[in-house]
Amino acid sequence: MEIPVLENLEVVYKKPETLTDTPFHYCPGCGHGVAHRVLMEVIDELGIQEETIGVAPVGCSVFAYHYMNIDMQQAAHGRASAAATGIKRVLPEKYVFSYQGDGDLAAIGTAETIHTVNRGENILMVFINNAIYGMTGGQMAPTSLCGQVTSTTPYGRDPAKIGFPLKITELIAQLPGAYFVARHAVHTPNAVRKLKKALRSAFEYQKLNKGTCFIEIVSNCPSGWKLSPLESQKWIEENMFPMYPLGDIKVPGKNITAPSTENN
Amino acid sequence: MIRGTVFIASDICKGCELCIAACPQHSLSLSRQINPKGYKYAELINDECTGCINCALVCPDAAITVYRQAKVKKAV
Amino acid sequence: MENTNKKEVRLMKGNEALAEAAIRAGLHAYFGYPITPQSEILEYFEEQAPKRGFTVLQAESEVASINMIYGAAGAGARVMTSSSSPGVSLMQEGISYIATAELPCLIVNITRGGPGLGTIQPSQGDYFQSVKGGGHGDYKLFVLAPSSVQEMADFVFDAFRVSEKYRIPALILADGALGQMMEKLTLPEEGSLPHVTPEWGTTGKTKDRERNIITSLHIQPEKMEAINHHLQAKYKAIEEAEVRYEEYFMEDAEIVFVAFGLSARICQKAVDIVREKGIKAGLIRPITLFPFPKQIISETANRAVGFMVVEMNAGQMVEDVQLAVNGKCPVYFKGRMGGMIPTPEEIAVALEEKFIHHEEKV
Repeated sequence: MEIPVLENLEVVYKKPETLTDTPFHYCPGCGHGVAHRVLMEVIDELGIQEETIGVAPVGCSVFAYHYMNIDMQQAAHGRASAAATGIKRVLPEKYVFSYQGDGDLAAIGTAETIHTVNRGENILMVFINNAIYGMTGGQMAPTSLCGQVTSTTPYGRDPAKIGFPLKITELIAQLPGAYFVARHAVHTPNAVRKLKKALRSAFEYQKLNKGTCFIEIVSNCPSGWKLSPLESQKWIEENMFPMYPLGDIKVPGKNITAPSTENN
Repeated sequence: MIRGTVFIASDICKGCELCIAACPQHSLSLSRQINPKGYKYAELINDECTGCINCALVCPDAAITVYRQAKVKKAV
Repeated sequence: MENTNKKEVRLMKGNEALAEAAIRAGLHAYFGYPITPQSEILEYFEEQAPKRGFTVLQAESEVASINMIYGAAGAGARVMTSSSSPGVSLMQEGISYIATAELPCLIVNITRGGPGLGTIQPSQGDYFQSVKGGGHGDYKLFVLAPSSVQEMADFVFDAFRVSEKYRIPALILADGALGQMMEKLTLPEEGSLPHVTPEWGTTGKTKDRERNIITSLHIQPEKMEAINHHLQAKYKAIEEAEVRYEEYFMEDAEIVFVAFGLSARICQKAVDIVREKGIKAGLIRPITLFPFPKQIISETANRAVGFMVVEMNAGQMVEDVQLAVNGKCPVYFKGRMGGMIPTPEEIAVALEEKFIHHEEKV
């Protein structure tokens, strides 16, 4: 059909300036693209492109510097928060963030993650949890769900053999250095709006030197999960959210839920 | 009714269909043609678009620009 | 308040002298993790930092330290870390990344006896690790081997200067004895090593330039080979311009010791001992282990009766000496391992056994 041409049009949404024109290398439907874009939108809106340094370690998003038009460092697997610490300690007036996947942040880099947060480094840690290793071809992640079939758990993740999914976000929220901890998603327009608000708060807190802000983004991996993008969104809601519920986990001025004391 | 429209960069769209599912007006669909990357791409199929930006928010390839018709200012 | 703007003579431990020199060299940040026999370096920095205005952070591991170095060096700061053998092993992945991303920094290895957890006593067992790469891929560090507390301090300046000039990580390879022993030294002058924030650093993308990216990832093999060619050309330039060595009684030497660091100091005494017996011995002491002083060794081989390489390891630098000598005369090795330090006397005996008694037997 012919769609009539409208007059008097105003742009109400366009790609952020701080995102380069390089098309993403990510698979169709991958949440990385949305997360990148929203992060750059926040940097645009806060006008901090010149003051922001990002760190992206090994994983699908290691090439984030192709897309984010800011000064960036690529870090070794698991060491993004250590590199970000190094940057922030010599440039304390700048905004520094790391952008890490689940394997990076919650497996090989667990020590760096915990100690960076425990020191209360004034950085933002963005944690993309898609419960799988995307770049290496769909192996089990520390956050893979029980029973989840991956290329290294061909019979499903067996917690008796390999342990339960690691809820690292709840874990680090216990640390005094963590100032703002939240879990968001990018699968619906509303989820994206909430994520953007949280990212904005995180940068504002960083300006105030409040401690580590940590935002988990429950995302998808259609290729690794062997689902279509639309099926993967459904899978997130049905399988990921029961294990990784969305919302604030630690917010300034409010007490977090105390750990269970049943066994004490 | 608020009227809007979208521009979808068909050359970078990967046809993931997330925008199609996010559109409350059912105004988007996959093309019959394929783009140079070999993907079918999302395109506007009717004039029901309100410029709500939902499609752009979930687009993983930052391929969508959204426009809305400006309100006609009343003469003072 | 302490006046650090003039040269001053002090009695200090090697580790402390090195740390003090680093502060005087204008260190911006130190990241490290305790390990014997070098923990005084971190302790000294922690004590001095609030008074002298630089950053120091005790990391959760050597792995974290070296990646903090990566981040801070990538942001254009003058930074260093230190450790001892097992800790430096943990850093190797990060050092490979730093070398490939061409970040200047200083790494200090106060070596202890290995392999494994080994001993806390001094050793030179990390020679291969220091000069042959250590981590994955083809890369080099600029490696300096001090042999006195004075040099522990002085070499910090040289290390930063070369590191920043060529964008190569520098390594000071000392050992537990040099780190722990006290000697008199003249401290270097503060402010004599100006630092310019490099234009490639990730300091925030200003409007007048493209974004700066620090990376060691180049997925296209053509690009990665080009990066390798670039690195190799740089290493060649360093080999041409930055070789340092020292000679002792080499004018008429027929039998030549080659030793670095603490072993070189012991060999000086061994030279004195055998010279008293009329044996014309001398010493070549490589100060830079990369670039290795192969030319002087090769030239000396044209006239020498033979070489004896002395190391506190199972025989590592001896391979580089053999390459430089290239079969022109015999190269013998005398080593102690596992934290044992050879005495001048046993080195003298070893030399006589190989060169004097051996000839008598023939």
